[in-house]
Amino acid sequence: MTIRCEIVSQDRTVFEGDVDIVVLPGAAGEMGVLPHHAPLLTTLQYGFIKIRQRGQEQVFTVAGGVAEVQPDLVTVLADAAENIEEIDIKRAETARKRAQEALDRGVPADTDAYLSIEAALRRSNLRLDAVRRYRKTRANLIPEG
Amino acid sequence: MASAREMRLRIRSVKNISQVTRALEAVSASKVRKAVQAVTATRAYAGKAWQVLTHIVKQPGRESLHPLLSRRAEIKNTLVVVVTGDRGLAGAYNTNVIRFAARRFDHYIAPVHFIAVGRKGRDLMIRRRKKVVADFSNLPAAPSFMDVSAIGRMAVDEFLDGRADEVYLVYTDFVNMVKQEAVVKRLLPLEVDGGERVEEYETHRGPASAYIYEPGEREILDEIIPRFTALQVYQAVLESQASEHAARMVAMRNATDSALELVEQLKLAYNKVRQQAITNDILDIVGGANALAQS
Repeated sequence: MTIRCEIVSQDRTVFEGDVDIVVLPGAAGEMGVLPHHAPLLTTLQYGFIKIRQRGQEQVFTVAGGVAEVQPDLVTVLADAAENIEEIDIKRAETARKRAQEALDRGVPADTDAYLSIEAALRRSNLRLDAVRRYRKTRANLIPEG
Repeated sequence: MASAREMRLRIRSVKNISQVTRALEAVSASKVRKAVQAVTATRAYAGKAWQVLTHIVKQPGRESLHPLLSRRAEIKNTLVVVVTGDRGLAGAYNTNVIRFAARRFDHYIAPVHFIAVGRKGRDLMIRRRKKVVADFSNLPAAPSFMDVSAIGRMAVDEFLDGRADEVYLVYTDFVNMVKQEAVVKRLLPLEVDGGERVEEYETHRGPASAYIYEPGEREILDEIIPRFTALQVYQAVLESQASEHAARMVAMRNATDSALELVEQLKLAYNKVRQQAITNDILDIVGGANALAQS
């Protein structure tokens, strides 16, 4: 028994396939979706989508969005999503540093610049967190600090 | 008539031009392909988002519309987003968009202000004394969604703050390599009930059964509609870029053809001049020889 799962962001389809279970970072907390789930619409928090397909687990980061659940289908409309195996740690690390430095220099809150830096910081933190927690190949992980 | 040397230089420079235009043609051809691929890649999200929107809106017993979905009784101000290119050398591409926008909005029922996407369009509109309130020029060659999402956000803000009661999008639809058409599309208020769009994206299943909403349908619409709007802008930008590159490709091909034709004409003229010079030389020699023989 499987459920179809489609993860799409605005510029591409990130994942598409029949899976055994999908775990989503829903508005009301993490929730697992199995086949024959009741129809549901939820916004998504920054977090991880986990799926199990034929015993194999895959993890994706998601930077907010909306998910629609139907008995045989989970559709994730992500603001940004990627398989954690695709994450470029060095890039995420430099992005995080750059954002942190920009914030330390002091940007007036409530401006567009502040919001975009903050969003960048959250995204890179999410990516780094994802790699630390879930990535199988950790060889090139830069130590903290 | 120009001297042979001048003509030789002229021929060489026209040949160089034809090489440059041919190279530009090849570059544009590959860019068209990329832009078309990028448009195709956005269709998955657009289709799904549309599905979710129609599901929510078609729920029985839904009372108040989301502000971004409701049509205003009185149109006091209109905002038009006009998508053009940053560069010229693309035939009539940029002027076509502006002329189309002018025809549609010059004598409109309400005052119109514009958001210009693309430098050429901005310049043309300012020259025509249009009210341009924002300018998004110099987008990267292959923009990501993040690069253009600000345009959609601005359109939504203008609408919600009441500075615009409707928002239109004017861009160039990429029909195929030889045909691009300036078109207008209403961005806001978003019309979900109208039948036309439903066919545009494949909708699946009949009326949706009752949903569980987390946190609420309003919050979910808040998430989806602005993003859907931004996505429409993104798609329009990509379509326009594909059109721009296709137009440039055709323009460059024509330029190459005319340059080569000009080279042929110049060569003919040059050879005539050269032949004439040789004939003159021979006449001189023969004349000289005759004069010597007679003396």
